[in-house]
Amino acid sequence: MDLETLLSYEWGIMTPEFIILGVATALSLMDLFMPKSQSRKILGWVGFAGIFAALVSLLGLIGHGPESILFDTFRLDSFAIAFKLLLLIGSAMVLLIAVGYEPNEGLEEFRGEFFYLFMAALLGAMIMSSSGDLITLFVGLELLSISSYILAGMRKRNLHSNESAMKYVINGSIATAITLFGMSYVYGLTGTTNLKEMSGFLTSIYNEQHIYLLGLAFFMIVVGLSFKLAAAPFHMWAPDVYQGAPTPVTAFLSVVSKTAGFIIIIRILFSIFANAPSGDAQGLPMILALQDYIAFLAGATMIIGNLVALRQRNIKRLFAYSSIAQAGYLLVVIASMSLFMFDALWFYLGAYLFMNLGAFAIIQHITHKSGSEDISQFAGLYRRAPFLAIAMAIFLLSLAGIPGTAGFIGKLNIFMGALVPNEGHYVLVSIMIATTVVSYFYYFGVMVQMFFRPAPDTGKVKIPAALTTVIGISLAATILFGIAPNIAFDFLQGNFNQFTDFFQ
Amino acid sequence: MNLAYFLSILVFSPLLGILVLSFMPRTQESLIKTVGFLATLPALVLSLIAYFQYRAGAGLEQLNEKVSWIQFGDSGQLGNLFSIDYELGLDGFSLIMIVLTAVLSTLAAIASIHIKKEWKGYFMLFLLLEVGMLGVFAAENLILFFIFFEITLIPTFFLIGKWGYYEKENAAYSFLIYNGLGSAVLLIVIMVLFARTGTANIDALMAAMNADNPQLVAPISENMKMGMLIALLIAFGVKLPIFPLHSWMVRVHVQAPPSIVMLHAGVLLKIGAFGLIRFGMGIFPEQFQSLAVWLAVLGVVNLLYGAFLAFVQTDFKMVLAYSSISHMGIVLIGLGALNEAGIQGAIFQVVSHGLIAALLFFLVGVFYERFQTSTIQNLGGLAKGMPITAGFLLAGAMASLGLPGMSGFVSEFMAFLGLFKEMPILAASGTIGIIMTAVYLLRAVLGITYGKAHRDFAGITDMKKFEFVPVLVLVGLIVLIGVYPSVLSEPLTSTLETIMLGIGG
Repeated sequence: MDLETLLSYEWGIMTPEFIILGVATALSLMDLFMPKSQSRKILGWVGFAGIFAALVSLLGLIGHGPESILFDTFRLDSFAIAFKLLLLIGSAMVLLIAVGYEPNEGLEEFRGEFFYLFMAALLGAMIMSSSGDLITLFVGLELLSISSYILAGMRKRNLHSNESAMKYVINGSIATAITLFGMSYVYGLTGTTNLKEMSGFLTSIYNEQHIYLLGLAFFMIVVGLSFKLAAAPFHMWAPDVYQGAPTPVTAFLSVVSKTAGFIIIIRILFSIFANAPSGDAQGLPMILALQDYIAFLAGATMIIGNLVALRQRNIKRLFAYSSIAQAGYLLVVIASMSLFMFDALWFYLGAYLFMNLGAFAIIQHITHKSGSEDISQFAGLYRRAPFLAIAMAIFLLSLAGIPGTAGFIGKLNIFMGALVPNEGHYVLVSIMIATTVVSYFYYFGVMVQMFFRPAPDTGKVKIPAALTTVIGISLAATILFGIAPNIAFDFLQGNFNQFTDFFQ
Repeated sequence: MNLAYFLSILVFSPLLGILVLSFMPRTQESLIKTVGFLATLPALVLSLIAYFQYRAGAGLEQLNEKVSWIQFGDSGQLGNLFSIDYELGLDGFSLIMIVLTAVLSTLAAIASIHIKKEWKGYFMLFLLLEVGMLGVFAAENLILFFIFFEITLIPTFFLIGKWGYYEKENAAYSFLIYNGLGSAVLLIVIMVLFARTGTANIDALMAAMNADNPQLVAPISENMKMGMLIALLIAFGVKLPIFPLHSWMVRVHVQAPPSIVMLHAGVLLKIGAFGLIRFGMGIFPEQFQSLAVWLAVLGVVNLLYGAFLAFVQTDFKMVLAYSSISHMGIVLIGLGALNEAGIQGAIFQVVSHGLIAALLFFLVGVFYERFQTSTIQNLGGLAKGMPITAGFLLAGAMASLGLPGMSGFVSEFMAFLGLFKEMPILAASGTIGIIMTAVYLLRAVLGITYGKAHRDFAGITDMKKFEFVPVLVLVGLIVLIGVYPSVLSEPLTSTLETIMLGIGG
């Protein structure tokens, strides 16, 4: 590659990534040269400014036609822009939660590491959403995963945190290996790692053996990736990791990392398998022929997540199972493959981002103050901090999908997508609605603590400004997108042109 | 008069009260109670204006509101499909329900004077509940209906769970789970209809489902229609409640504070009947006809089951709870008859039972305030200690058992008239229920008023000033409907015509 080709690329479409990369590097250098005694909080604000700059540059890229550089390994289409938007907003808020984190032990001395690893993880997620090639896709995935492993173990002297990191590394590596193995089959069949070329090549395969191999690859990739989503039956790591990791990391895993998981699953499944024949008589594409397996995964995830959550007393474990259940709802979107798929996924991930991060900001503050993570810590919160209790109640109601909140509109959109096809997914929708009712039990359980139980101590709750910001933004967004969801839908319709360029 | 936002203002007026309350210190008991009461008045005044205007001949169409709200998918491709409008509107039936809701809310706000703690939170939830109830009846599309329907769920859960009696939390949870499941089933039906027809507007759905050659996004088979109607029956059956789905409702009636039970028995249960008539009959008329016999049978079962269980209860609240189940049987009987008299009887019963139940539960609140008990035995001899209250109790019981000249008589008479025309044998066996009603009510009420006194009534004051207001208003309305039924039947004429047209009667 000579300099001329290198310069001819339109590097501008990578601006957000470059900003994040630059900030991550700068943070690590700053951390190195800062005196040990100085608080690392400032790094958090620098990181926040970096994410904000990336967000602004990304907004400038909206409307940019599909473009790919570096031999099709990096592509910018409306799918990439729309989902990077979620990643950046989510990360910015997680960073604010992290700035407001005042740990009793651990994190304090490693705070610098926390911030630049966090940026690296975000960079990985962004690369994933913009990949046009299996190699970059995989590198992005690994960058995200490895950074997350370290982040989970950040509370170095805490037993739970160590357990969490260990479990995460082992389970995560196995899952990645399986995904990679699956990808290797596809590579073997097509001789290329480029998604577009692969898709073109696969339309013309007819040998039954090859189709069979491709099916095998499909299953391996899905299995490996459902680990990232914490979808059942590959969810076992989530509760332990969520419980042990520092709360900002838990928030990151449950929102940003999960969003990245959905991004990669969409990229791979709909690029590679959308055009491949399934070998049946009607000439269905493979992805439609195997749709039922994703539906099964979605159903199992919703049932397991919601039922096991009923038994949890630890609030972080409770939210781990809740996030498993939410992943199940999102899988319904993928399983139903309707014309609303991208909209529904984007909207629900956005709604989930706000309601979950808002809840985590509150959880962090409450559990940190008392040092215990039992849900009884929420007892009498309404007496001690009415605003906090009402905000938490609204986040919980939104997670439970009660009207008036963004979560309800998101669910409505999912139901619609699942019922629109001629063969409606009635079973899946019924499972989703029934398990939603089950989820009332544990979400309302937290509310019963907050509103009905007497407070153990009557001390007023004082919240750091960073957390107040996160809670305020989340609350406003949860209610706004619940009452006037058209703001989001119009934005989506007006700027991303139905995501038609995804397949170009 | 600018009517553009009339209905929105009516429905959301209680929010103003919530706003004011949120800025008030939580210890100002009497001020909070006053504000809570005042906040229910705008809706009452506006709904009465609408009612009298309608009686004077004004059309209700001018109240319709429509603002585009959510558009799923690309509007360029899909046109009007998959868009949800914010649309409110009224017909005669929903107008009556709104008036009922507004009246009972105001009276329940007066009854809330007995609430002992956390008045601020109580009234905020109370007013939110009122918004939900008003909205349910004004909604012109299914999604909006569902949203308001769910909005009633959350405040009710907290109102029961925090301000109720000893087993309040169990009652709240059982309320939440039964109603949650009910609304889950309802949501499935709504979403299937919306996804397959592309619209959620009730009138558009009625037209689409009953056209010979409907324009649908995806096909809806006959079996599917039947399935959806049965699902609706279950969803609203939980609310009404219909016999095997009733246990939560007994718990709620016993454990919730009386002011909330007034609203619960008076309005919330009626949403079930409203939904069955509006959606069940309106959208699936053919299927409804084939299920009519079963509805009538369920109605008779409800009537008898409620009546027999009410007979053996020792707690007056339990008597009233089972009596509610029994009376809701009459609604089902009327609907099952599927003729004009029957349906009119059902709607009359909805309103009449709303008023009577509110009256009786208000009186329960009055007793409980003074004696901390509601068992029949412990209240014995009330006529000596509190003659006025005892008198009103007797009046309420008479209305409930269907004494001519009171609203209960009109509705029961019409419902049975309807059923006798269609299924005389079933109707005949149902009349046992009417007799039983008289038996259990007289047993309970006479036990309280003239029973053996177990306590000393010295120092017990009879009704206070403010307590007269709800009682007199309710008794007045009950008698008014009893002697002059056209206050209800006239506004209902056009609604009934539409329904009868749909079911081909």
